[in-house]
Amino acid sequence: MKVVVCTKQTPSTTAVFSVNNGAVSWEDSGGKPNVVNPWDEYAVEEAIRVKENHGASQAIALTMGTPDSQEALKTCLAMGCDEAILVSDPSFAGSDTLGTARILAAALEKIDGAKVVIFGKQAIDGDTGLTPVQVARKLGWTPVTYVSAIKEIKGHTITLERLLEDGKETVTTDLPVVISVVKEINEPRYPSFMGIRKANRATIPTWSAADLNISGGVGAGASQADWSHVYAIPAREGSVEIIEGDSVEEKVAALVDKLFEEKVI
Amino acid sequence: MTTSQTNSLHDDLRQGVRQLCRRFPDAYWRDLDKQGAYPTDFVRAMTEAGYLGALIPEQYGGVGVGITETSIILEEVHRSGGNAAACHAQMYIMGTLLRHGSEAQKAFYLPKIASGELRLQAFGVTEPDAGTDTTKIWTTAVRENDHYRIRGQKIWTSRAQHSDLMLLLARTTPVEKVAKRTHGLSIFLIDLRQAVGNGVVIEPIETMINHHTTQVFFDDLRIPHDSLIGEEGMGFRYILDGMNAERILIAAECIGDGYWFIDRASGYAKERVVFDRPIGQNQGVQFPIAQAYIHVRAADLMRFEAARLFDNGRSCGAEANMAKLLAADASWEAANVTLQTYGGFGFAKEYDVERKFRETRLYQIAPISTNLILSYIGQHVLGMPRSF
Repeated sequence: MKVVVCTKQTPSTTAVFSVNNGAVSWEDSGGKPNVVNPWDEYAVEEAIRVKENHGASQAIALTMGTPDSQEALKTCLAMGCDEAILVSDPSFAGSDTLGTARILAAALEKIDGAKVVIFGKQAIDGDTGLTPVQVARKLGWTPVTYVSAIKEIKGHTITLERLLEDGKETVTTDLPVVISVVKEINEPRYPSFMGIRKANRATIPTWSAADLNISGGVGAGASQADWSHVYAIPAREGSVEIIEGDSVEEKVAALVDKLFEEKVI
Repeated sequence: MTTSQTNSLHDDLRQGVRQLCRRFPDAYWRDLDKQGAYPTDFVRAMTEAGYLGALIPEQYGGVGVGITETSIILEEVHRSGGNAAACHAQMYIMGTLLRHGSEAQKAFYLPKIASGELRLQAFGVTEPDAGTDTTKIWTTAVRENDHYRIRGQKIWTSRAQHSDLMLLLARTTPVEKVAKRTHGLSIFLIDLRQAVGNGVVIEPIETMINHHTTQVFFDDLRIPHDSLIGEEGMGFRYILDGMNAERILIAAECIGDGYWFIDRASGYAKERVVFDRPIGQNQGVQFPIAQAYIHVRAADLMRFEAARLFDNGRSCGAEANMAKLLAADASWEAANVTLQTYGGFGFAKEYDVERKFRETRLYQIAPISTNLILSYIGQHVLGMPRSF
C-alpha cells in the first residue's frame, strides 16, 4: 500500500501582491515567494505518519503545476516523503478545479499501489476545497472530507474521524480513499537539515500530458472559471473624526447621534 | 532584502530555518526574556531538525556541512527575532573534540551530541583574575594515578546549567615550569551530570540579557584520566584552532540581528506618520537606516569570505576577526538607528527593539572584545608592535 499526498504550491502567507494589466504577481521580501500550501503541510505530515504507523510502503508527494512547483515538492521530501512527482504540461495551464482533478486522477492511476490519497482541506489561493472530492469522483474512490484523525487501517478498510461543525463523526470505509484533512489532525514536523540536503540533491520526475494520456478536458480552454478580468481591490477610503465635547456624557451623546445618522445602529 | 548568498542549498536551508523559527515568534522570546527562562522548546526543535549537528561529520550522525551553512542557520535564527546563544555552542564546541579527541571519544560522544542525547554547550576558559589573558588562568588539573584532580574557578561559562558535558581548560604544568606561558594548559571533557555535587558547584550570574551564564567552582573534582582531550599541555593551541569558527558564527548572528533591525526600522519609518508624512521621508531618519544597511551588507561579505576560506582549509584568522568586528559594529549601529527611529516606542518591550538592542550589545565584548581584534590586526596582519 502506498500513500500519496497531493500538494499545491501557493504564494507564501506573507507575500505582497500586485496587479498590473490583469496580471497578478507577488513577492516576499522575507523569503521564498512560493511555499507548500499551508493546509497541505498537515496532509504531508499525515502521509508520513501513515507510512510510519499504518504500514504504508511509501509516502509519495504529487503536485500539478508549473516547473517551479518543484520547490514545494522539495519541501515535502525534506519533511520525509520518499518520492515526489511533478505533473506539468503547458496544456494544463489555466485548468479549473475539475480539469485539475482530471489530471491528478490520471497521475494517481499511474502510481501502482496507491490506496490512500490525502489532501489539505483547501488551498489558500483558490480556497475552493473542491479538488479532493472531484479527484475521488474521477477515480471512483470514496471521498472523506474534514478528516481529523486516521484511527486505523486494517486489511481493506480505513477508519477515520471527521471534524464537523456539530461534533465528530467516525467513518469506516473500504480502501482506496481520497481524504482531505483539517489542521486538528496533527502538528506538521519541520523539514530536517538532512532532509533539506537530500531534497536539494533530488531529481524530481515530471509527467506530461502525453505521459498521462490526457488529450482534452483540461487547461484554460476547458475551464468553466473565467479569469479574464482581474483587478486590485480599490483602497478603502476612510477618515477619522474626533468627537468633541465638554464632558464624557456630551461626547457619548454626540457619538450616538452620529451612529444613528450613519445608520450604524 | 537580499543577502550575499545564492547557492540553492543555502536558499533551501534559509527557508527551512525560517519555517522552524516562525513557530517561535517575538512573543515567545519576549516572554522568555521577562522570565529569564531558557528556550527549551526552541532548542529541542533545533536539535530534532538536525541543525545543531550541522558541523558534526555524517559518520558520527551529524549533517557534515561547512561553517558557511552553519553560519546561515545562526543568521536566520537571529534574523527571525530569536537568539541562538542558548544553543549555538552545541554546534562548535564539539570542534575541539572532533579535531583533537581520540577515536574512542569521538565515536562515543559525537553521535550523542548530534542527536541531542548529550548537550555539550559549555566551555570553561575565562577566570575572574585572568580575563582574556588566558595563559594566566589558575585552575589546575593534577594527575594522580588513573585520574585528574581539579581545583579552581571559571566565570562567564554560559549554559553550564543546560549542558550535560563541559570542556574545561586547566593548567596541568605550573607556569614557572614551562618554556612559554602558552604551554602546560590542557583540555578536559567533564561530565557535569556526575560532577555537579561531587566537586563542582554552578552559580548563575544575572545579566542584562537572558543569557544563562554562570560561574563554576571546582573543589577537588576527580575525573578519569581519559577525560583529557588530545595531548596534555597542548590545550592553548587547541583553543586557538576553534576560535576562527566561533568568530565567523558570531559574526553571522550579528548579521542576522542587523537585518532584523533594518527590517524593523525601515518598516516603521515607512508606516509611522508624523506631521502628515511618513517619518522615513525625512533624510534625518532615512539616511542613517540606509547607512546601517550598507554596513550590514558589507560585513556580510566579509563573513562569507572568512567562511569560504575556513571551509577550504585555508588560513582565515584575519578575515574571521575582521568579520566579527565589522558585523558586531554593524549590528550595533543598526540597533541604535532602530531605537532612534522608533523613538519612545523603541523603549516599549512589546516592540522587541529594546530586547534585541540589549542582546546585540554583547557582541562588542563577547566572545572577544573589539579592542583585541584591533590589536590582532595591528600586530599580526599589519606587523606593528604588540600593543599590550
